[in-house]
Amino acid sequence: MEKFDFIEMTIPSKADYIGVVRLSLSGIANRIGFSFEDIEDLKVAVSEAITNAVTHAYDEEDKGEITIGFGVYDDRLEVMVADSGVSFNVDEVRRRVGPYEKSKPLEDIQEGGFGLFLIDALMDEVEIHDNSGIIIIMTKFINETGVDLDGDQISTTS
Amino acid sequence: MDLQIKHTEKNEQTIISLSGEIDAYTVTKLKETFSTTMNSEGKDVIVDLEEVTYMDSTGLGVFVSALKTAKENDGELKLVNVQDRVYRLFQITGLNEIMDVNKAAIRGVNE
Repeated sequence: MEKFDFIEMTIPSKADYIGVVRLSLSGIANRIGFSFEDIEDLKVAVSEAITNAVTHAYDEEDKGEITIGFGVYDDRLEVMVADSGVSFNVDEVRRRVGPYEKSKPLEDIQEGGFGLFLIDALMDEVEIHDNSGIIIIMTKFINETGVDLDGDQISTTS
Repeated sequence: MDLQIKHTEKNEQTIISLSGEIDAYTVTKLKETFSTTMNSEGKDVIVDLEEVTYMDSTGLGVFVSALKTAKENDGELKLVNVQDRVYRLFQITGLNEIMDVNKAAIRGVNE
């Protein structure tokens, strides 16, 4: 298997700590060499995933935890957001997610208004797995040419 | 990682100047501000986002509901001085088509 560094954070399932994750994410993405624009996209996408987890995962009495995993590769950053509150083994999670067609298509998951839509628009690959708790795995590739490649429905006009 | 909200009344207009980050945590404060300022008839509210360095869909949601309230009360909601990165979210979601979102200042806001 391809070698990569893995960084894991666990936060209480509260909106209070989303900003803390964004700060860590900025640092990690900056270390990999992402552009300022891509780092901003990553910040929004990851915050949306955590916001979803905070809003939907737990009932009031048991707030639980959210685990965020950063897979640092040479050419990409893979971010996993899991609301099960259980620390996860990255290989195990990747095995469970399996081929893409087994994952739920994004359109079938009706949560959080624009949140998932933005994740899909801002990241290059998104997988959602909802077996025991929802796990969102999203990947952004480093754009070496400096040209915005992820322009599926995004056009930047000014 | 916080959101500062400054609130000024000028003639018939309410100007809300925001500074900092809008996310699921700070948005609560913003919701309160809108619910106290937007409940009178025919009021025009201008939101200055010049100092907003980060925003996600929680911000979009609050502005959408503020726009609804404004319309119900025959008022208007304008967003001005929106930074490129923040404006991009309005573009991606198509909300710039239904909201008055401006990258540039309008007269009287940025004196």
